[in-house]
Amino acid sequence: MSQQLRSFLMAVGVIAGLTAAGYGVAIMGAAVVIGDSHAVVEQSSKSDGWRGVRTGTAGRVSIPDPQAAFLIQSEGEIWRSIRNGPVTVIGAWGMFAILVLLVLFYAWRGRISLAGKPAHREVVRFNGIERFAHWMTATSFIVLALSGLNLLYGRYLFIPVIGKEAFAIVTEAGKLLHNFVAFPFMFGVVLMFVLWVRHNLPSRVDLKWLRQGGGLFSDRHHPAAERFNAGQKAIFWIVVLGGISVSLSGLALLLPFAFPMFGKTFAFLNLFGFGFPETLTSMQEMQLAQLWHSVVSLGLIVVMFAHIYIGTIGMEGAFQAMGSGRVDAAWAEQHHSLWAASAEEAPAEDDAVPSAVREGQG
Amino acid sequence: MARMKFLCDADRCIECNACVTACKNEHEVPWGVNRRRVVTINDGQPGERSISTACMHCSDAPCMAVCPVDCFYQTDEGVVLHDKDLCIGCGYCFYACPFGAPQYPQAGNFGGRGKMDKCTFCAGGPKEDGSEEEFALYGRNRLAEGKLPLCAEMCSTKALLAGDADAVSDIYRERVTARGFGGGVWGWNTAYGSDT
Repeated sequence: MSQQLRSFLMAVGVIAGLTAAGYGVAIMGAAVVIGDSHAVVEQSSKSDGWRGVRTGTAGRVSIPDPQAAFLIQSEGEIWRSIRNGPVTVIGAWGMFAILVLLVLFYAWRGRISLAGKPAHREVVRFNGIERFAHWMTATSFIVLALSGLNLLYGRYLFIPVIGKEAFAIVTEAGKLLHNFVAFPFMFGVVLMFVLWVRHNLPSRVDLKWLRQGGGLFSDRHHPAAERFNAGQKAIFWIVVLGGISVSLSGLALLLPFAFPMFGKTFAFLNLFGFGFPETLTSMQEMQLAQLWHSVVSLGLIVVMFAHIYIGTIGMEGAFQAMGSGRVDAAWAEQHHSLWAASAEEAPAEDDAVPSAVREGQG
Repeated sequence: MARMKFLCDADRCIECNACVTACKNEHEVPWGVNRRRVVTINDGQPGERSISTACMHCSDAPCMAVCPVDCFYQTDEGVVLHDKDLCIGCGYCFYACPFGAPQYPQAGNFGGRGKMDKCTFCAGGPKEDGSEEEFALYGRNRLAEGKLPLCAEMCSTKALLAGDADAVSDIYRERVTARGFGGGVWGWNTAYGSDT
């Protein structure tokens, strides 16, 4: 490995590690702090009684809403400080860092082009239903990401530009879109999982691919890969697991107080020796759901920047694999050698689409 | 300039709920929304205390800090108000508020909570003072009429005090001195910081 490559990989590693660690600490801290402040307080003396109120002892109310019995829920302020603090700040830095890295990578590596001449013979890379699943998930993800980021950052970015009235209208529309576009996203994640899981099980080839840096850093190596290389497998599992996680926490936010899942999740994790609080109020459940939802979403957004980069300007011939669904046989051989042999020959090109246009896409 | 605050003297509150009723009636608050409520702690045990609570109009208000559309504002008198024309009903202020003040008129699924409603310290909202529009959205603007919040005005034991912080503190201090004990100024540290 070259010196440049080594330092580049280290930079990526450090940033990814710091982002992940930051979020990890924030979430674990949030869970422990939000949960523990409900510790049972002895009410032997007056001051202890008041301390109990301060830390969430419930009283009695004559109205039918049991949540009204809490005089002070201090977790709200913890939620506020984590959402407005680390989540907002680390999220912004994460997105900024990945963009900078991609620009640097592009400046250094340029577009990864096809080595040698195209074979002028196409094979089917993704069929119609696979592309449908991908693009349904992709378009809904972009709508969800933009409307979600707007909730976190729009106040600082757009209110100074378009004013509060216009921003409120846009954000209200964004909120409704977010609520309903969530469903095609969830359906897309499930569909992609069903379609592609058998191609995404880790294998020995992946280790070799990873050891050679996926051929990302040099034209000379093109490590062997099956239908999906190790990088694509990683994206697949990030999208499936992250997508499920973000969907569950999103449903909890969509139907407030109906899906308390953190207490149960913590109880399960505690089987492995974690010290998470297991009894959470419905308010704490909502706060944790919101934090988890935003953290996982920001992580997915950061990863998707890299995915979009390599699928468009980063590599010649990558876009058409998911665009038209066909790739040049030479491209297939170079990037997915173990799959290329078994790939299905694409039927003759549709006359309606001039080949120049199609190549232009690639 | 006055800094408006609520103070509930827990050694005086008898849980009559007159403040709750007065508030509901004065502002014609929608069904299901309680801008003010009375909570009893240690109910039926020695040391039972009742506290009337509502929006405390915090100095560094968490609702203001987390609102995605920045619909809150704080008046010169420290009263935290919000603009229902901007509110998108996301529920964040409700998650952040230590006192459970923000309320929503509807059930809540699919973002259908409706516009948030909370205690206005009887100071209305961003509409023209005393207008019908203001009354329909935010309730009576008693402060503009030179009056104080009705909940405190009609408290039979004068447990609930509302008004300029200095005046309110003086009254409470006088009481504590006279009777020789006091339950602490409930909620003030949370709402106004530890230096109050």
